[in-house]
Amino acid sequence: MTLSLNPSESLQPQGWLRYLSFSTDHKVIGLQYLVCGFLFYLIGGALAGAIRTELVTPISDFLPRETYNEVLTLHGTVMIFLWIVPVVNGAFGNYLIPFYVGARDMAFPRLNAVAFWLIPPAGLLLISSYFVTGAAQSGWTAYPPLSITTPATGQIIWILSVLLLGGSSIFGGINFIATILKLRRPGLGLMQLPMYCWAMLGTSILVVLSTPVLAGTLVLLSFDIIAHTGFFNPALGGNAVVYQHLFWFYSHPAVYIMVLPAFGLVSEILPVHARKPLFGYTTMVYSIMAIVFLGLIVWAHHMFTSGTPPWMRLFFTIATAFIAVPTGIKFFNWLATLWGGKISLNTAMLFCCGFIVNFVFGGITGVALAQVPFDIHVHDTYFVVGHFHYIVYGGTVFVIFASIYHWYPKVTGRLLNEPLGQLHFWLTFVGFNLCFAPQHWLGLNGMPRRVAEYDPQFTLINQFSSAGALLMAISTFPFLINVVMSASNGAPAGDNPWNALTPEWLTSSPPPVENWHGEPPLVHEPYGYGVTPGELSLEASSGRDLWNLGQGDQR
Amino acid sequence: MRIPPAILTLLAGMALVLFGLWVGQNVNLLPVDASANAPVYDELFRVLFSIGSILFIGIVGLILYSLVRFRRRVGETGDGAAIEGNLPLEILWTAIPAVVVLFVGIYSYDIYDRMGGMTPLNDHGMHGMQHSEERTWGGISPVALEADGAIAPLPVDVTAMQFAFIFHYPDSDITSGELHVPLGQPVALQMKALDVIHAFWVPQFRLKQDVIPGQPTLLSFTPTRAGQYPIVCAELCGPYHGGMRSTVIVEEPESFAAWVAKNSPNPPAESPTAVQS
Repeated sequence: MTLSLNPSESLQPQGWLRYLSFSTDHKVIGLQYLVCGFLFYLIGGALAGAIRTELVTPISDFLPRETYNEVLTLHGTVMIFLWIVPVVNGAFGNYLIPFYVGARDMAFPRLNAVAFWLIPPAGLLLISSYFVTGAAQSGWTAYPPLSITTPATGQIIWILSVLLLGGSSIFGGINFIATILKLRRPGLGLMQLPMYCWAMLGTSILVVLSTPVLAGTLVLLSFDIIAHTGFFNPALGGNAVVYQHLFWFYSHPAVYIMVLPAFGLVSEILPVHARKPLFGYTTMVYSIMAIVFLGLIVWAHHMFTSGTPPWMRLFFTIATAFIAVPTGIKFFNWLATLWGGKISLNTAMLFCCGFIVNFVFGGITGVALAQVPFDIHVHDTYFVVGHFHYIVYGGTVFVIFASIYHWYPKVTGRLLNEPLGQLHFWLTFVGFNLCFAPQHWLGLNGMPRRVAEYDPQFTLINQFSSAGALLMAISTFPFLINVVMSASNGAPAGDNPWNALTPEWLTSSPPPVENWHGEPPLVHEPYGYGVTPGELSLEASSGRDLWNLGQGDQR
Repeated sequence: MRIPPAILTLLAGMALVLFGLWVGQNVNLLPVDASANAPVYDELFRVLFSIGSILFIGIVGLILYSLVRFRRRVGETGDGAAIEGNLPLEILWTAIPAVVVLFVGIYSYDIYDRMGGMTPLNDHGMHGMQHSEERTWGGISPVALEADGAIAPLPVDVTAMQFAFIFHYPDSDITSGELHVPLGQPVALQMKALDVIHAFWVPQFRLKQDVIPGQPTLLSFTPTRAGQYPIVCAELCGPYHGGMRSTVIVEEPESFAAWVAKNSPNPPAESPTAVQS
């Protein structure tokens, strides 16, 4: 008698325990990323609350000055490296990509689990530095010589933590590239993939090309701190500006690492709720690749006021401004997707439209910031803080919420409560704009970023901004209540509540281990809305039946 | 009879453009302008603000219109039209942003050139620049004044440290914690940092330049409006970064000369600025 073990059933814990285990199931890992990321989002949000509380008054009175700098450093690092990057890449990428390519799991399931399990220790390390020795005080950019002269222990722990998170990100990126290129179901062409696959392919290329540069840079910085080498330390003959070049060679693409997956997710959500095919699939793909290429050659626009000669300022102005062209194509395509649809304005759709409005605003201020003469006035001011949050919060975080409302029924088999969702959206949208729109004015009129005290003439506008932050904090509660209550009490969703055509909806909700009850479906037209079922080339047994069932009640 | 939709669209577009232009010209978000390049900057700002307003209002308007016009009515089922793309349309909306971006890029190059940004940094052939051996790594050189050949720039050495700016006037050997400059004369700041990176920013001048240890930088401007303006450190430099501020005092040439005469440790026999004004 031979003993045959099915690894997915026998070697891994079942029930809720598997979410705390070294599970290799991509769906479990995706949810691990999401929940872990959200916990860090709450921490990062509390830190943001501390910053906005300090800024209610023009004097430094709420936090000690060193603590304030630790808080702003932790806020940036936590939000970028522990919330947005892991969630928008790791969580949704792991959950969706295997479905989209018609696979049963990611290409390297164990590497996938390793990539996730690097995150909690790295995050705890970072947070613990605050309590043990004092956290890093030099901002998330850690510019030397400041990062060399502030207390070393916190800075070194920060470097270790970011190195671990960068490693996790690279593992994830390699895994996504391999899965998308090599694990596609036979018969499924690259140009038939859902757009999120292309977004993740582009993002992963950026991750793999640029994150090692950050890792190398931070290792050199740690040498400067520990071993008193002089790579970036001018006192020892080093060059502080070289660090900025190397840092931004990663950290500008990092903006696209945070935003491109969000573009992909929007491209999945909009067609479903507008009941129309995604407009201009081919130009969408080419614009993603154009953004990837341009994203790698624009880093010095963060350094226009640094030690940069005139020709360099000019080159990076032009390159940066041209990113607006492929980005503009994507936005026009989304508008055209909405045009002529039958739009259900549910919470997922609201958050998508909120994303478009916020991101267009952030994109316009971004094109302005790309112009050297404009940037020379507002660089390192609250204008940049406002712009940046319009991109990453108004852009990416809005899309994360849209995605949660869209895929919650997939994961749990239950719908989220719609009125609570709408309340969540409006609180977030109003709070967000109240918080960050006035910051543009503050920057234009003379308030630099990263300060605990400011000119008293800015008090009132700062209080508006802080009130907006308070609304954003409040908006988290309807969301949390909704997510927790709906898991057990939400209306049963069925397998495909949105009648969506992308492959993840062509299996049961929640999906079985290894994703499909039979063969994976071959979906040639993931956006084939408005086409009669007979014309669609859905060749899967189970998938087609499910889809026909979903369409049945409409006709 | 109905008005054809194409006419209404055209009218809406024209109204939008006019409104954008009006907003750009009439909404003032900037502080008072106090240097020669500030009006140039404000011109760029107004153009960008107009273009941005047109784009933003247009796109938000389109979204709101779509959400209302194409909303799913109660009881309605089925899908929207199966339109997957429109190549000529996509080429059009690739071309329009490309042209706008190109225009903005060329225009801002022109602005930057008028601000003196394209003048080579290490061309120290001009008057008043004695310490020219060291390489200048970034900033804005004095320019255009050469064309007039009128007034030589006033050199000032700036030293930034945690958490103060120190201003030293090599001509009169004055050291001051505040920057006094005469109205209408170009000023050339030679900037060095002692410890970490700082940034010299005067919002009313619309100018900012990092002050980097080991890499001297340069910043030039011509004050055009008398008054006191804040000098703000804009680069995170430590716990008291928010408190690292100073004041630039733009005054009439006569009172500036009096200030030099009063504070100079040397007899002000040959105060260069007094001679020129």
